[in-house]
Order: sequence, then structure tokens, then C-alpha cells
Amino acid sequence: MATNNGHEGNGRGRAGLDGEGAKTPQDLKVVGKPFRKVDARSKCVGATKFADDISLPRMLYCKILRSHVPHARIKSIDCSKALALPGVHACITGKDLPVPYGILPVSQDETALCVEKVRFIGDPVAAVAAVDEDTAFDAMNLIEVEYEPLAAVATIEEAVETSEPRIHEYGDYNNVHKTVHLEFGDMDEGFGEADVVREDTFFYEGNTHLPMEQHAAVAHFDADGKITLWSSTQTPHYVHRALAKTLQMPAAHIRVIATPNGGGFGGKSDPFNHEIVVCELSRRTKRPVKVTLTREEVFYCHRGRHPVLMKSRIGVKKDGSITALDFQSFLDGGAYGSYGVASTFYTGALQTVTYDVPRYRFRGLRAFTNKPPCGPKRGHGTPQPRFALEVQLDKVAEELKLDPAEMRLKHLVKPDTVTANYLRVGSIGLGACIEKVVEGSDWKNKFKKLPEGRGFGIACSSYICGAGLPIYWNSMPHSGVQLRLDRQGGVCVQCGSTDIGQGSDSVLAYVVAEILGIDPFDIRVVTADTDLTPVDLGSYSSRVTLMTGNAAIQAAERARELLAKAVAEKLSVPVDNLSFAERRVFDVENPEVGVSFAEAVVLAESKFGTIGTVGSYVPPRAPGRFKGAGVGPSPAYSYSVAVAEVEVDVETGYVNVPRIWVAHDIGKSINPMLVMGQVEGSIYMGLGEALMEEMVYRENRNVVHKFPSLLEYKSPTTLEMCDVFTYLVEDADPNGPFGAKEVGQGPLLPVMPAIANAVYDAVGVRIDEVPITPEKVLAALRAKRQGKDARFGPTRVPSPDWPDPLKVLTPAEGGDGKEMPRVAVHS
Amino acid sequence: MTDRQKAHIRFTLNGEETEVAFAPHKTLLEVLREDLNLTGTKHGCELGECGTCAVLVDGRSVLSCLMLGLDAEDRRVETVEGMATEEGLHPLQETFADTGAAQCGYCTPGFLLVAKELLAQNASPTREEIKEALSGNLCRCTGYVKIYEAVELAAARLRGEELELPRESVYGYE
Repeated sequence: MATNNGHEGNGRGRAGLDGEGAKTPQDLKVVGKPFRKVDARSKCVGATKFADDISLPRMLYCKILRSHVPHARIKSIDCSKALALPGVHACITGKDLPVPYGILPVSQDETALCVEKVRFIGDPVAAVAAVDEDTAFDAMNLIEVEYEPLAAVATIEEAVETSEPRIHEYGDYNNVHKTVHLEFGDMDEGFGEADVVREDTFFYEGNTHLPMEQHAAVAHFDADGKITLWSSTQTPHYVHRALAKTLQMPAAHIRVIATPNGGGFGGKSDPFNHEIVVCELSRRTKRPVKVTLTREEVFYCHRGRHPVLMKSRIGVKKDGSITALDFQSFLDGGAYGSYGVASTFYTGALQTVTYDVPRYRFRGLRAFTNKPPCGPKRGHGTPQPRFALEVQLDKVAEELKLDPAEMRLKHLVKPDTVTANYLRVGSIGLGACIEKVVEGSDWKNKFKKLPEGRGFGIACSSYICGAGLPIYWNSMPHSGVQLRLDRQGGVCVQCGSTDIGQGSDSVLAYVVAEILGIDPFDIRVVTADTDLTPVDLGSYSSRVTLMTGNAAIQAAERARELLAKAVAEKLSVPVDNLSFAERRVFDVENPEVGVSFAEAVVLAESKFGTIGTVGSYVPPRAPGRFKGAGVGPSPAYSYSVAVAEVEVDVETGYVNVPRIWVAHDIGKSINPMLVMGQVEGSIYMGLGEALMEEMVYRENRNVVHKFPSLLEYKSPTTLEMCDVFTYLVEDADPNGPFGAKEVGQGPLLPVMPAIANAVYDAVGVRIDEVPITPEKVLAALRAKRQGKDARFGPTRVPSPDWPDPLKVLTPAEGGDGKEMPRVAVHS
Repeated sequence: MTDRQKAHIRFTLNGEETEVAFAPHKTLLEVLREDLNLTGTKHGCELGECGTCAVLVDGRSVLSCLMLGLDAEDRRVETVEGMATEEGLHPLQETFADTGAAQCGYCTPGFLLVAKELLAQNASPTREEIKEALSGNLCRCTGYVKIYEAVELAAARLRGEELELPRESVYGYE
């Protein structure tokens, strides 16, 4: 059957709208409509099976012993008392699972259980399997571990300066994991053209995803010697690879099923130690084994927002146009690599895709410290530099006496251009977004015009719609979809993507239903099962709608073509005359002449044999050719703008945010109701990051988590949540399915800087640090009263040994995207 | 762990007389999920911090992670599995599904039951009253907006009124 594997990428114009069988937006029957999600009913009756809801006969329960010291050598581990406890079936340690793994090929620095060293409080050391959870808990507490303490590294500054002990034996130097130095264009020339040059420093505190569902996994080593793992993971494909590596088993003998995620936000994107541990325990005991993390353990899993210290030097002309940007970021990575190398690059990637930045330099450093590892959280590596840039631009606008909204609007990146750092921007609806929120919020009558204590602030942002390159280098598709049509008219869409609540299962159904002219609820969606579904790389980097959507379009168009040929023959109608709608295939010129969709499948199966088609998606090749060009490119960029209104209590420092206006350039809504939900959820999460959420540590050299609980880790309740006024801008992107771009992450990004800028408008103090807590506001107000610098924030950054810059001429300078030859300097 | 005596209780669960035996230290949450296999009730913290495990006991919302199973003896307990009847879903379940108020769906059962309690006490709650009533439940996906709208729609339907979401709730403002 049609099994073209679709390696040609996606050079066919606006997917789903142009080309053969084209539909105009007016013809769309499913796309753009506020359908229910295909799994909405299950979720509202309590029928959705999350990982911890799975229970198998003879299942054992796992508990993991974690380190209570931040940095130490393991001298000995004694499991004998645990094993002697009745009901305990196995106890394993690092020696039983010694093969390292990690999400990035360059950071294979974790083991399922620590082998020689522990590196943070919460690092897993040993695991037990027992007949029930209580017995497992008791057994865990009987494991005896002897540690030889090592000095702990607590901060970025310490990591840069400390040569011994090193947390890892790899990395750039001392406890520096990674340094990056990229230079695009002649920076001296850029700053020379500037009328104003500003230097500002910022700090963005780390915070965590806090999904309502704690991670859980069930492993079953079955009678035939194969393992199935059910897990609340956003990335079953990467878990599959990590299991094959660490268990030393053929991947073909391992099946990973991602259960519906009870919230992810990036926190379930790494392969996790507990997933490997339950597989090993099941292999040893020949019984199913379940692990469900406690809320405290979820804080130790972390992989959340990196704390980032930043320094930004910007050159601008009097009209607010940027002449050069020199950006430094310092990331506190915690104890392991995780996605950190990518995070580091991301703190320097997307500064250039909103306003024209003709020359750009980026220096980034990621430190290892003895704290839970950081990784990707909603917006991965972008909220921190976006906060810095947007607050700095607010200061620039004030210095130049320009309206900050108008200043931004004048200098936007043009569509279909390549930035100084070689990112190809296609559609850009940013200008329309600015205009929408400026008008909607009555900005011109509010900004600088409200009484003391009340203020307005604006900020813009952009995010990728999927990464241009896969995490491990390969030239295969990023997303695959398989369609199976049966002779009863049933359609099954199979795809490796994982629904984490964003509605990706529904998007597959909507897209296929649109093209085949059937009802989305007729479609059986099978996802996230490595035995049954073609690979999709996972639910991260806002890639799923764009990539699975395009793959689904391709598979559905191929199926439609087969059906159309068979129906055309039967009805003696030209293929091009056939339309697929309302569960029928009919002649557009004579709509009564047609067959039902089920009959069309019978005709096609009779003519061609079993009907199955596939579709796949490969992102377009990015223009950058230098080392490091892999982070930042995307098939499309979404844009968001927020205006925040704040009320600041000068007595308490408390910041209240009553309203946020947000405009998001979605390209095209596949389902506007779900888009609205993503925007509102992003505003909520941004509000939490702006005002209260923080992963902070105390005592014992500042490496003990201050409050690993849902009560003390403050997140907004209904009482803190602001009103949201949302505007959707539909500037269809040629690379998006039906023109669609992402919405899951982008709208979070402008919230924090918009609030910080509004606080300045309200009370005249700059809080150059997130979260904006009452203590910081009060400290800044005190400084202002005393005639000091009316701000709260860091004043300096470390001065590490940066590597020589990798220099690339910009496109405007005639560059070709390759690194310039390095010239040896003789002194 | 051989010397543990099981406790035994009778209570009304989702309208049905129910008997169950369980380890006496178990919370109502654990009894529901582990001993009665009703996994619709979720756990987010097991410390009374997040509202995810809310159920109705004698019509009042209770955090099932903070209530001993033993204390359910002779009480009337309602979980999300009991909200729908043979006639169909509860209006709250319909409107949560229609508006996208259930994104990941993990906090949804708790919100549904607390909202049901609210509507039993107040047929026409204002937005502020809805916020107050739901302030003990955390949701990390929705920003609560679609949840408020779902509760308002369900309240209207229960009053027998026709109410649709305003256009801007579905498509955004013009």
C-alpha cells in the first residue's frame, strides 16, 4: 500500500490548505471549531487511567532510598536487614544498574541508582520491592548506607571557582559544565552606532513544574521475557532508548506506554531513574512492580527552570532601534546534565526573533551544583533571557522618552527573514499582537497615567514550534503517523505523541477527520505506545501540533487518495471532483452521487488490499552551519504580547495583578477552545513565576530544599489568579498544519517582564529579579526613599574564563552561516 | 507485616450499600483507590494541600487524604464515579468537557465534587463566590478560567436556563 516514508520534508506550501484536494478556510468542517477533546468525557467521569491507577495481579511496590547528604562518596550499602523483612522480594543498588544514561548524548551522567557518589539531597541510592507500600517503606528505612562526605558546591560562583571536589569528572573546567561563546557580526561597530548603551543585570530564580500528578510507573517483565513499562512520561521514545541502554536489553524486547500525563510542563521529559528501577525490580522478581513518587520526591526529580543570572549590554539609537546586543547568562544547573546544554543555548537563542538585532553576542555558562538537577520547564531556557530583555527595553524606552509599546512596534523582525544568529523567521504576527493588547487594555490612557500604586506594563516574546533538530543526531522523521482504515469504516490513527493535557490526541483526530470528511469522534486514537505507534519524539518544545499535525495530514491525504481512486472508478467520476465530507465521498458537482465513507473504504480495500497509510514530518533545514546552530531553529515561531495591570501596596510590598491582556499569534487555531485554555494556563503559570514560585534552598551550605511540599511551595490559587483578556491573532504559517503554530508555552513568556514593568510604572522601583516578592519590593522602595538606586536585583556577574568566540558573519554582512576561520593571535 | 488486623466498615458509596475491609490506618483516599478500586479520586500531596482528593461525605466536601477510612462508617460518600447516572453525565461533567475545563484531567474529579457541593448550596453563585468555593483546589493547567465558566454554565443548566459561553471565551476578543 501507500508506504512512501515521506523523507522529503515539508516543502509543499501551507499544509492541508494548498495543493491537491485543497480546502479553503471556509470549507473547514472540523479545524477551527471548538470541539470537545476526544478524551474529555473520560476525564470528567474519572475513567482516565493515569499511571498510578494501574494495578496488576501479584504487583509489588517499590520505594527508593534517597541521599540525605548533598555530596558524598558511598562507602558501603547494606541491604541485608531490608531483605530479611517479611514481604520484601528484592533490594537493588547502583551496582545492579551501573550503565549511565541521560537525555542528551553529551550528558550521559546519571545512573539509575548512585554507584560511587551521591550528588544532591534526593539522589537515589537503593530500591526495594515488597508486597505492599508500607512494607516497602519499612524495608527502605532498614537499608544502611555509609557515606564519606565531600564539600558541597552551592552556587554558580562557587562552581566557577572550585576545582576540587568536582561533582562530575567531565565538563569544561572546575565545576563548570558548559560554556558557550558565539559572536554574530561586528560588535564594536554595533555599539559605535548606538546613541545609548545600557548594561543591566538580572536574576531569574529557579522554579518547578508542580504537575498535580506525581510521577508513577509500573513495569511488567512478562512470561515471554519482555518488559512493558507504563509511565507518566512526556517522552516514551527517549525512555525506550534509555531502558534498552541501562537494562542492556534489546529495544525490541521493551515496550513503553506513556499513560495520560496528569500535567507535565517539561517535568516528565527526562528518562527517570525510577522508571529504570522498576523495570529491573520486575526483571528480578518476575512480578509487576509499581512506583509512585511522593510529592516530596517530585521536588527532587525537578528538571525545572534553571536559576539564571544575566547581564545584558544593549546599544540603541534614539528611535529605539537596537544596534547591538551582548548577552551573558549563568545557569545553576544542579547536580546532573539533563537537558542543560540545550537550556544553556536556549538562554541565548531567541533574543533575536522579535525585534531586529543586527549584531549579537552570546556567552553562556552552566554550572554543576549539589542541588536537584534543572532541565526544561514550559518555555525552556527562554523566560529568563526574555525577562531580562523586555525589562531592559522598558528602561531603554524610559531613557529615550519613548512609549515602550510603540518603540517595540517600530523595530519588529520582518517576515521571511534570517536573523543575525541564523534563525529563519517565517510568519510574524507580533505587530498585530501589540496593537490588540494596546487597544484592548486602553494602554494609552493607563500607562504612566494611573495614580501611585497602580501601574501598567507591556512585554513581548516568541517561542519555537518544535526544535529543528532531534535530541540525538539522526536523519529520520521527528514525527510519524500511521492510519489504519477498516472495512466497517473505522479509522485508527496511531502516533507516538503523548497527551499531557494539551489535547494532542484530539489534534490528531481533528486533522484526520477534516481530511477524510468524517467526525473526529469516529476516530480511534492510539498514541504513545512504542509497540503500536510510529515514533514521535515527545511532548516538548511545543512541537506536537505542528509536527504530528503535518504527519497526520500526509497520512490522511494518502488514504484519501486511495479512497478517491476507488470511488472515482465506481462512480465514473473524475477523482478531482470528489469531496469528502459528512461521512460521505461524493461528486461536488452532483452531491447526490456518492457513497458513504464506509463504502468508500470497502471499494478501496477491494481494489488495493488492506488500507493503511503513513505520514511523517521532518523540519526544514536551518540556515546556520556553525557549531551551536542546532538550538533555536524551528519550522515556525509563535509570538505573544502581554499587558499587565498591577496594584502595589507600598506598606506591605504586596503586588496584586488584577488583569492581564494577552495576544497570541497562533497561526491558525486547530481548536480555538483548546488554544484559549493553553493561553489562560500559560498566563496562570507565568503569574506564579512572576510573584511567588521559587525552588529555594537553606542551611547545610544552602543545598537543602526549603519547602518540598505543595503547601509551602506557593502557587496561585483561584484567589490569586488574575482576569485574562485573550486575543488570538491568526497569521497562518506555511509550515504549520492548516497554518497552525504553537500555544502551549509562548504565552507564558511575556507575563513576568510585563508585571515587572508594571511594578515600575506603579511605584517607580525596578525589580530586576523573579519572583517579585513583597520583601524585594519593600527593599527597593526603601532604597528609593533613601535616594539610592531604586531597584532590587543583582549588581554583578562572575567573570569566568570564556572560550574564544565562535564568530559568524551575519546575513547582512554577507555571511553564509558558517564559522569564520579562527585567526591565531601571536603576542 | 503479618499481624495487621483488618478493619471492616459499611457505608453508602455512590448510593450503594458497601462493605469493605482494609488496614485500619488507611485513609479514605487509600481505601477508595486501593481497596475499592475507584481510582477516579486522585492524590496530589496526601497532606491536605491541593484538593485533588476531594470527595463528598454526607454532601460536604472532604479531603479524603486527611480522613481515616474508619471514619466513613455509616456515612454517605460520593466520588466522581457516582456523579453520572443512567440518564447521563451530571451537568458539571458535561460543561467541564465542553469548555475544556479538564486539560490533563487530574485535578478534575476534586473540582467537580467541590463545585457540586457549591451548586447544592447556591444555585446562582457569582464568579467571586465560585472562586472562593474552589480556592482549596489547585489546577496547574487551566488558570481556572475555563473551570469558572464550566461551573457557571452548569449552574444555569441546573436552573433550567439556556446559557452559552460568550464568543470571547471560545475565540478570544476581536
